[in-house]
Amino acid sequence: MTSALGKDLLGLEPLSAEQIRLILDTAEPFKEISERAIKKVPALRGSTIVNLFFEPSTRTRVSFEFAEKRLSADTVNVSSSGSSVSKGETLVDTARNLEAMRIDMVVMRHGASGAAQFLAERIESNVINAGDGTHEHPTQGLLDLLTLRDHFKELKGLRVCICGDVLHSRVARSNIWGLQKMGAEVAVCGPRSLLPYGIEEFGVQVFDRIEAAIEWAQALNVLRLQLERMTAGYIPSLREYNRVFGVTADRVARASKELLILHPGPMNRGVEIDSNVADGPHSVILNQVTNGVAIRMAVLYLLAGGRPELAEAAKG
Amino acid sequence: MTKPLLLRGGRVIDPGRGVDIVGDVLVMDGLVEATGLGIAGPDGVEILDCSGCIVSPGFVDVHTHLREPGREDVETIASGARAAAAGGFTAVCAMPNTDPVTDNQAAVGFIVRQGLAAAAARVYPIGAISVGQKGVALAEVGEMVGAGAVAVSDDGKPVVSAQLMRNALEYARTFGIPVVDHCEEPTLAAGGAMNEGLVSARLGLKGIPSEAEEIMVIRDILLARRTGGHVHLAHMSTKGSVELIRWGKERGIRVTAEVCPHHLSLTEEAVEGYNTNAKMNPPLRTAEDVAALQEALRDGTIDVVATDHAPHHYDEKEREFADAPNGIVGLETALGVNVTTLVDRGILTWAQLIDRMSVAPARLFNLRGGSLAKGTPGDVTVFDPRRMWKVDPTRFVSKGRNTPYAGFELKGRAMCTIVGGRIVHRIAS
Amino acid sequence: MGPNSLILLDARAVDRTLKRMAGEIVELNGGTDRLMLVGIQRRGVQLADRLAQLIGEREGDAPPRGALDITLYRDDLQTVGPRPVVGKTELPRDIDGAQVIIVDDVLYTGRTVRAALDELADFGRPARIALAVLVDRGGRELPIHADIVGKRVDLPKDQRVDVLVHSLDGKDAVILVTP
Repeated sequence: MTSALGKDLLGLEPLSAEQIRLILDTAEPFKEISERAIKKVPALRGSTIVNLFFEPSTRTRVSFEFAEKRLSADTVNVSSSGSSVSKGETLVDTARNLEAMRIDMVVMRHGASGAAQFLAERIESNVINAGDGTHEHPTQGLLDLLTLRDHFKELKGLRVCICGDVLHSRVARSNIWGLQKMGAEVAVCGPRSLLPYGIEEFGVQVFDRIEAAIEWAQALNVLRLQLERMTAGYIPSLREYNRVFGVTADRVARASKELLILHPGPMNRGVEIDSNVADGPHSVILNQVTNGVAIRMAVLYLLAGGRPELAEAAKG
Repeated sequence: MTKPLLLRGGRVIDPGRGVDIVGDVLVMDGLVEATGLGIAGPDGVEILDCSGCIVSPGFVDVHTHLREPGREDVETIASGARAAAAGGFTAVCAMPNTDPVTDNQAAVGFIVRQGLAAAAARVYPIGAISVGQKGVALAEVGEMVGAGAVAVSDDGKPVVSAQLMRNALEYARTFGIPVVDHCEEPTLAAGGAMNEGLVSARLGLKGIPSEAEEIMVIRDILLARRTGGHVHLAHMSTKGSVELIRWGKERGIRVTAEVCPHHLSLTEEAVEGYNTNAKMNPPLRTAEDVAALQEALRDGTIDVVATDHAPHHYDEKEREFADAPNGIVGLETALGVNVTTLVDRGILTWAQLIDRMSVAPARLFNLRGGSLAKGTPGDVTVFDPRRMWKVDPTRFVSKGRNTPYAGFELKGRAMCTIVGGRIVHRIAS
Repeated sequence: MGPNSLILLDARAVDRTLKRMAGEIVELNGGTDRLMLVGIQRRGVQLADRLAQLIGEREGDAPPRGALDITLYRDDLQTVGPRPVVGKTELPRDIDGAQVIIVDDVLYTGRTVRAALDELADFGRPARIALAVLVDRGGRELPIHADIVGKRVDLPKDQRVDVLVHSLDGKDAVILVTP
């Protein structure tokens, strides 16, 4: 494969620290492009990219679309809801149809863990995982790493705590793998019913109380708590969640050092995070969004790294 | 009438009678006539050279899904019975989670007839515990037994209601048949796709904790104690279950148990890469569980090996992991997996393996067979204990191809399977 | 230095050449008014710095400098293999109406300059764009010419010209290499 990342980006777990560093470094010049008046470079001109979203998502899809268009690629959005079974067209058929249309890259978000790998194994196009079930969301993990690096300059030894529903979070998993590979120290904080069984075995520290997490961490990545968790009985109520685990302004103020606040969005203001923290001076939530486009441009740029058959033709 | 068969020069192992000799077995008129040294058959006897092979009472698989009626596209009683014969099995018990469910005497009779027509391995129907397997009303156990059912089970599903399980154990006692339970506490297991542990946490798949099985295991053991009925626990998969069964047996409770070859040989790591051919219920667990199950099979805490043969269509397994159905085929790989994993590594002796695959299953389910004594049915398995072969699902006799063992090199293969004195499977040496 | 290398210009010759080029730039522009030097990564940037400094010494007023990375505008991105690292692009201010001199070390096929022209067009509309190169080695594949040239050599395909600059390579030199 002539790309430094291989054919697909399915997660951060399979990547090496060097590969992650390459993506972060490549994102830097792409940040600059988004500051220009003409936010476009011809790097992916003529490439066709399909955004295949089986789960609704505005921000991730729009971010990818900007990244694709700023690289001059042609993009098509396909959204579909429900599993293959209920839809009537299997994921295998969807894959084959896309391949028959000779598209270059697929950006896919799907509700089933492993769906991105499933697709990648069956089509020649590059596949970028924009979130598969509760497994991984690699571009989110990468943009979080970039945001942390922007502020702290060095990720090695950095203490980052991921707060909230880690059990159901693909963002949490990607962050854990990415941070650990870059040498950071990772902790999680949340009700035990929302932490994966055996999380300590992954080298992750566990804080039962948010106050202890805030005391320890240099940065908090606050996850969105979904309403369904309450109806499924993992926690009694959103109100109690906020009272016990919420990242509130007074808790943050009591931290003995400056604490950086990240959130993958969309936020449940007043549940996992209070507005004055989300909009406050420690928050880099908007930087995350900006970095998101640059990271996605970097990933697309790196994955499109040369097609062997064209290289052959060019030689002749 | 079938031609007399003389199985000559093999290592004849008949654990029920403590026989282990290099000798001959003579089968006549569908029954075992004699075992011994230097047997001369009658005129016109067909002689099979079994040198280098082990000759044992035919294997009996008490847990298979033959999918007919309802899903003949995936397996029929005929194709399943032939696949069983290819795996060295002379008899299988067919679970009732068919479509429609086998919960009445007519349905049981249908399976018996189809089994006879298949003329391969014997097919014994297992009837449903509850009507439609809905877990509410008891099915007509007596009539089903009268039509040929050898046990009852709601397998595929657990018996959720303890009251129903109690009733079933008491009622089935009248007919002297076991009640087979698929132990799965539904609220703990709901939505789970694999064992709950480090692998599921990494892959982002909902896990099924061991306790989902163990809670129902102890429940069933206690109900067997209360009722004096015979509960047979299907496909055991955890170390905890083994400990509970031991507890029950120590107290003389009529609990028996089975384990599948895959739970004796594979762990949750087989799921890596979202391999749907490693997805079954109960799921593959940890190395600790595998070791406990192997030891339990050795010391008899677990009585039998059963395959839980569950064919699925390629299309159904070719999808996102969470959506793929549970189950793998097992009839044609069971012997090879057991020899490679258990006998070859010194965990079981040949006599123990044959006991767990033939003598004990026949005894527990009150089936004729499991023995080479004079007058027993001429159900014999001749297998080559040293034969290496590579698993190629495209060459399976079963219609199902869903196996985690594709490409594996296994040791041990059934060379000739004889049912009622007739050869129903044969590989030329 | 390897066995098949030949020094075309040593450090002193490079210095003399740059001084001449600086003078020609000022002459071409009729002064330093609205002059901007934009170097192409990486050595073009170093050379642009040197030229700007020399112009500053002569005229008392060093022109602003920018850097351009043309990787994303290359016409061979699809075939070049693993993605090349993208360097920094930075222009000191608005280029509308400026007198831009693109500075590069070697002019060969002309494709790099074509990419630079495309990229500059995305930033604005200079009044004029001219090209200054230290070495013009012929072999053009596009109709591109340099307005200011340090040294002209006509080389066959199998030979290569390497430009070394002090800040990156420890010394100034122009070397002809036959691999």
